[in-house]
Amino acid sequence: MKKFSLSRREALKRMGAVGVGAFLAAGGLPVYGNRSHGGQRVAVIGGGFGGATAAKYLKRLSPGLDVVLVEPQKRYYTCPFTNLYLGGMREFETLGHDYRELSRLGVRIVSQTAVDVDAEGRRLRLADGDSLSWDRLILSPGIDFRWGELEGYGREAADKAPHAWKPGPQSRLLRRQLLEMPDGGTFVLVAPDNPFRCPPGPYERVSMVAHYFKTHKPRSKVLLLDAKDNFSKQGLFLEGWKENYGDMIEWVGRSNDGRVVRVNADKLEVETEFGEIHRANVLNVVPPQKAGFIADRAGVTDESGWVPVQPRTFESKQVPGIYVIGDATQAAPMPKSGFVANTQAKVTARAILADLAGEEPPEPTWTNTCYSVIAPDWGITVAGVYEVHDGELREVPGSGGVSPMGAAADFRKREAAYAEAWYAAIAQDTWGSR
Amino acid sequence: MRLTTVAIAVAALAGALALTLRHAGADPSGEDIVPVSNDRASAIAMTCANCHGTDGRLESTGIPSIAGKPEIVLRSQLLAFQRDEYPGATVMPRLVKGYTEEELAAVARYFAALKPTPEEPSQQP
Repeated sequence: MKKFSLSRREALKRMGAVGVGAFLAAGGLPVYGNRSHGGQRVAVIGGGFGGATAAKYLKRLSPGLDVVLVEPQKRYYTCPFTNLYLGGMREFETLGHDYRELSRLGVRIVSQTAVDVDAEGRRLRLADGDSLSWDRLILSPGIDFRWGELEGYGREAADKAPHAWKPGPQSRLLRRQLLEMPDGGTFVLVAPDNPFRCPPGPYERVSMVAHYFKTHKPRSKVLLLDAKDNFSKQGLFLEGWKENYGDMIEWVGRSNDGRVVRVNADKLEVETEFGEIHRANVLNVVPPQKAGFIADRAGVTDESGWVPVQPRTFESKQVPGIYVIGDATQAAPMPKSGFVANTQAKVTARAILADLAGEEPPEPTWTNTCYSVIAPDWGITVAGVYEVHDGELREVPGSGGVSPMGAAADFRKREAAYAEAWYAAIAQDTWGSR
Repeated sequence: MRLTTVAIAVAALAGALALTLRHAGADPSGEDIVPVSNDRASAIAMTCANCHGTDGRLESTGIPSIAGKPEIVLRSQLLAFQRDEYPGATVMPRLVKGYTEEELAAVARYFAALKPTPEEPSQQP
């Protein structure tokens, strides 16, 4: 691990932080457990569902705490609902959220990329060369791609065959390709093996592409080549595809030679395990993934590329003082979802405040609800409640599960409406968006 | 008000009444009641915020705001979800089954005690 020297500016900032913390804690705001954490600093890297929620709830629970959120983007675009954008159901800008509300709550926003972490010296380094100290660090780094692990799919290939698995230019590129595709064309989605961000995501995506085709290019086809034989909400997706799109969507699982082993982005061709070549008009490759790079820099990832954590607190198993939440973690049976990242953030915020006060972490509870929109009037869900049992994460017995099969149209319609309502609610809870 | 909404409201009130009666006759020693701390209630309540808004407050998104609702209504609704007695429910039954009756009662109490609209931010001296 590298050590950074304390810059003069930073030293002054730190000295200032003590005074401000003590001042705020003395005010009329509710202080967590009647304790003050004035002068102590928690830095959070990553402003998505996990990081933004953690920063917000730390500040709400302990107003005297110095909370710094490090996130390079001034406006954060969510992965959830990019599929609805691709299907023409939403404008891209509706997926963007800023940090004004967090800033108003007293979270210090540092619009920089964190490039390195010195765990021993409890500092992190920013892209501009400045550094920042912390008493506890939360990483909510999301995912990075394992470029090249799928043969032929490196960074350049994504300019022709987008992944669109991180929102932004890639999402716009894929949307543009769909708009330019002639009627009668074929959209091919290549889905990775587990684990990956948003387990129902590839299946919602082909649903939304089929919705766009049905309304604008009805002679087109959707082919989903999958490295797996089972997927999230499988029965519900297959039922919904049949009901809404007839035979438009074809899913090919691993045992039917669905696993793609080679990509030719120039020709928009993919080759499967047993040598079949599939040609696409629009090719969408969801590549294999790992924890965001800052997790590697902090030394919290293991050989799997993901981050093992203490179940009760999500403190790194490898580096004390660093907590990791969201898609980067090994938190099965919790899925890699924005909803889960949000609830992990809250549990971890409380665990850190307890730790700073020298107390045991409170008993954790996490929940998940993943909405998938198959058609504008057709939503489905999977829900789960999680706990620590005998030192392991598990789903609370008897809880959770998916929407019923064969439900009435009204049920599907209400879950589609709730999906939209959920998005508005979690954006409010995470970023304060209204 | 749609008919199903009326039916749900009636069911909730009936549930509330049954609950009141049940508790009126409950064993005063309360031996089978596992106490739920306010800390635990607030930890569970935080998981509600993902859909019902921070502190259970939402501005008309189609999911109900729950802050400041009467405790008896919230509690009877939560228990109705848990017992699959809530007509037309979607995800709530699957979620509340992850908690005990006592925890749900504590969560109902927690949200009932909150104001339906946020207080003005306290003035810094």
